[in-house]
Amino acid sequence: MAKNKVKRHWYEYLWIWSIVYFALGFFNILFAWLGMIDFILPLIFAIVGGNKWFCNHMCGRGQLFWVLGRNMKCSRGKAAPAWLSSKWFRYGFLIFFLTMFGTMVFQTYLVFSGAGTLRKAIKLFWTFKVPWQWAYNGSLFPDWVAQFGFGFYSLMLTSTLIGLIVMVLYKERTWCTFCPMGTMTQGICKLKNNDK
Amino acid sequence: MVKKKASPDKDRCVACGVCALQCPRKAINIYRGCYAVVELEKCVGCGICSKACPANAITINEINQEVANG
Ligand code: SF4
Ligand code: SF4
Ligand code: SF4
Repeated sequence: MAKNKVKRHWYEYLWIWSIVYFALGFFNILFAWLGMIDFILPLIFAIVGGNKWFCNHMCGRGQLFWVLGRNMKCSRGKAAPAWLSSKWFRYGFLIFFLTMFGTMVFQTYLVFSGAGTLRKAIKLFWTFKVPWQWAYNGSLFPDWVAQFGFGFYSLMLTSTLIGLIVMVLYKERTWCTFCPMGTMTQGICKLKNNDK
Repeated sequence: MVKKKASPDKDRCVACGVCALQCPRKAINIYRGCYAVVELEKCVGCGICSKACPANAITINEINQEVANG
């Protein structure tokens, strides 16, 4: 079965990148900035190309859920409740996510302006503080750069954990039904199509 | 003749592309990042896409071939 001749592309292995990303950020939080690629690329595809090529072919996170869920059988593969992929939940979660992103940027600004100090911790599920001080011992960048790193890494880790939980409970890529990037890019594509 | 074909629900589809990746016949395309579209001539109604779809947006329907080919 697995031996049928399908041409493999380099971007089918980007799930490895999504693991490497978290490993790098564990040792040095500045690597968290690399996650911005996963934010900007899908938007460029959607805004310029009017497609979801990123989601459809090169999102390492989606691939990771498939590799763990299907290939390694860590998913029940059960249908998720319909509300999880309903429009109100998807857009609601997008708004929540963007609000949290904004809060994170504001905290970065506080450190930038000197009103706040760098906190070497990550926050899981927007609630639980986890000390992470080993991942930063100063650099030639100002403190706010590291603060953004801690905040962004928290966001990436939290969303991956949520994705893993729904992967186990439901279908492999259930996260993709309410992933903020997925919702945003599909929304942009739909808007672009109405223009034509 | 009645045949089984995949039929994605435009409204429920989140355009993730999982179905397109899984379809052994390459019968599915994600139309302009909006929703999945099945090429009925290629689809053999195997249901692999439907099982993979995280939004449960695909049903396998029995349809009349003459009508489908228009
Ligand atoms: S919906 Fe999110 S996790 Fe899924 S492929 Fe798109 S960007 Fe990746
Ligand atoms: S039913 Fe099978 S052949 Fe038809 S679109 Fe789905 S995966 Fe492809
Ligand atoms: S797997 Fe389901 S939600 Fe994803 S593109 Fe296909 S039909 Fe749409």
